[in-house]
Amino acid sequence: MNKPLFAIDSVTNITLVGVGGQGILLTADVLARTAALAGLAVKKSEIHGMSQRGGSVSSQVRIGRCVYSPIVPDGETDLLVSFDRLEAVRAFSSVRPGGYALVDACYLEPVTVSSGLQPAPADPEQTVEKLYAGRLIRFDSHAIALEVGNARTANMAIAGALSRLFPWPVETWHEALRLRLPEKLLDVNVKAFDVGRSSIVLPAAP
Amino acid sequence: MSNKVFLSGNEAIARAAYAAGCSVASAYPGTPSTEILENIAKFKGEIDCEWSVNEKVAMEIGIGASIAGARALVCMKHVGLNVAMDPLMTYTFVGTSGGLVIVSADDPGMHSSQNEQDNRTLGKFAHCIELEPSDSQEAYDMVRGAWELSERTGAIVMVRMTTRTSHSASLVDLGEDGLKRGAVEVKPYVKNPRRTVAVPANAREMRFALEDRNRRLLEESEKSPFNRIEDGRSELGIITSAVAYEYVKEVFPEYRILKLGFTNPLPVRLVREFAASVKRVVVVEELDPVLCNAVRLAGVDVTPYKTELRMMELNVSRIRALRAELLGEALPAAPVQPVEAQSLPSRPPTLCAGCSHRGVFYTLSKLKTTVCGDIGCYTLGVVPPLSSMDTTICMGASIGNAFGMRKAGFKGRLAAVIGDSTFFHSGMTGLLDVVYNKGAVTVVVLDNRITGMTGHQQNPGSGKTLLGEETVQTDIAEVARGLGVKRVHTVNAYDLVELERVLSEELDCNEPSVVVAYGPCVIAAKKLAGAIPHAVDPSKCKTCGACFRLGCPSIVRGERLANGRYASRIAPAACIGCGLCSQVCKFGAIASTGVPKA
Repeated sequence: MNKPLFAIDSVTNITLVGVGGQGILLTADVLARTAALAGLAVKKSEIHGMSQRGGSVSSQVRIGRCVYSPIVPDGETDLLVSFDRLEAVRAFSSVRPGGYALVDACYLEPVTVSSGLQPAPADPEQTVEKLYAGRLIRFDSHAIALEVGNARTANMAIAGALSRLFPWPVETWHEALRLRLPEKLLDVNVKAFDVGRSSIVLPAAP
Repeated sequence: MSNKVFLSGNEAIARAAYAAGCSVASAYPGTPSTEILENIAKFKGEIDCEWSVNEKVAMEIGIGASIAGARALVCMKHVGLNVAMDPLMTYTFVGTSGGLVIVSADDPGMHSSQNEQDNRTLGKFAHCIELEPSDSQEAYDMVRGAWELSERTGAIVMVRMTTRTSHSASLVDLGEDGLKRGAVEVKPYVKNPRRTVAVPANAREMRFALEDRNRRLLEESEKSPFNRIEDGRSELGIITSAVAYEYVKEVFPEYRILKLGFTNPLPVRLVREFAASVKRVVVVEELDPVLCNAVRLAGVDVTPYKTELRMMELNVSRIRALRAELLGEALPAAPVQPVEAQSLPSRPPTLCAGCSHRGVFYTLSKLKTTVCGDIGCYTLGVVPPLSSMDTTICMGASIGNAFGMRKAGFKGRLAAVIGDSTFFHSGMTGLLDVVYNKGAVTVVVLDNRITGMTGHQQNPGSGKTLLGEETVQTDIAEVARGLGVKRVHTVNAYDLVELERVLSEELDCNEPSVVVAYGPCVIAAKKLAGAIPHAVDPSKCKTCGACFRLGCPSIVRGERLANGRYASRIAPAACIGCGLCSQVCKFGAIASTGVPKA
């Protein structure tokens, strides 16, 4: 296996963004628990309450030997994980220069656009390509979710992709999945995770 | 042996209650406090827990349990404590028998609240011991010892959480016995009206005892393990608490810090000792200058600063700005959003596709009604294109607000719109006031049989308790009749014709009237799976845009037609087939597909 992108030599900041209902909070939780199982200090922070109602959702995970602030300082995200292309564009300034972005192929048109209240954005795919040139990891979680036969496992496919960027063994990730998923949904989610893990195309080492 | 578990602040509090032998817990749901009771409910059979009808009742239950010798926990969001202040202000005179711990979860930055308030002022006002955890570990440690502290001193302990400490998670060492249920030792109840009946003669005695207690609390604060000095360079000393401590550690790693966790009363000797050990003292805290003022009252010269830290949530950037000011350092450049990432279309929260509130707001808007709104999912009725809410103040305020507007001479159609849980919380009293005082307010109760906004908690209308047990299902229409309302109607919230007929009649009737718009929450009732979505026939669509005025997130722009305008399209994923759109389409272009979703 290639050398992981993030060795966690110092505090590493991961910001996960998307739209309510995409399973962002669960993905963040699996990442945080895996890091904790690997013996690291972790803080995870999220804002919910309106999350089920189509709003933007974000969760932040900070991993290191010693972590104080539960929120990522502005512009210091080392890895952005975006479940939606438009949200990847929106989150650009939260990423540090040289920081990476794992961006899913999904694009959910905002209701403000579909109802004609606000103009459509420029093609988010092109904007993402331009903004994150050289440090973009593209991913298609929906295709994997369909492959394993459950559309709701797309988030765990993303977790699988994420797992290749960190130095922890796959067993630790599986353990975190077992901690968080109900028995009857575990198998299909582990499957999506494993396919996601093997499908990710890693960027060339910097 | 250590027991390390990854927990949010709210989960940590529930674990601490279990380990500390707390046996009664009550709360009204409110972000960011809700998950405390939801996690306590996992210990059913060992902790008696309930969703109370409102925070005042929750507090009264905690007080009753404390009087009867049990360890009790009462949780609420910041504005909930406003509702619960009345019993609290007197029970603090009485003093605890069994320990009483209250959790106030504040919401700096108003992520999901109608205002921002620093409840440390209220805790101080109520002579509570105040504990301010910085993270989940401290939430656990502080709460775990809080009942013993309350029993030893007779004081009520207020634990002040915030959105950030409640909803961030980190590893918590539960300690050797952290997984074990703490011993439940209910003190025997001894009748002693001089102590527990707060009539003036007794209350005067209690008042003196309270001052004695406050003096004793000062000693508790001085020796609390939650107040500590962390050594560092002494040119600058920072006094801080709660999550602000985490930001200070990140931004001022080399300076001396006084980390306060037991903040009321303030450990005056420790503060003075710290101040004497550093060249200048600054205080960094989230929201009001509560510590700062107390430190100044202790005679310490606090260095003022210009950096604005009094409003909204703190973060590392804001504390960096403070550092730049205090040390004369350059501020790192703020990240810049490139042109491509500016003015993107927003994703405001909206009423869900299929929400039973939508048709009511659509109709009220069509009838040009001024709407006094209330607190819940349905406050989203203010969002365009429904745009049908004129006021929102606090839980239950809609009815009194509408009555007050009438008294001021407001003419025109006027409705108070309130959800089921909010009606039970504090709408019933407002309605009784209207009836009693010969008012004429039309009250629309959006009865979706769940407390929606906070994540679907049970309430007296849902027929289930916090533990999911069957209970009496209170009928809102019967309550209204019982309060003396003569005109009471129950309407299917998805029937636009019936809604318009009943609402227009009631809005113009000049009598107290209640319209219960019934439609269970589509999310709570899990109606999405197997739903039969609707679809638009583009050959019949005249692009009039009537369906868009419903503001349904599943109605989107479809194909471009010959006239250059866009046909409507229904995104099937979110559609539950509620049928509102087919009712507003005059051209019959929208109909059920008849095919259930997989």
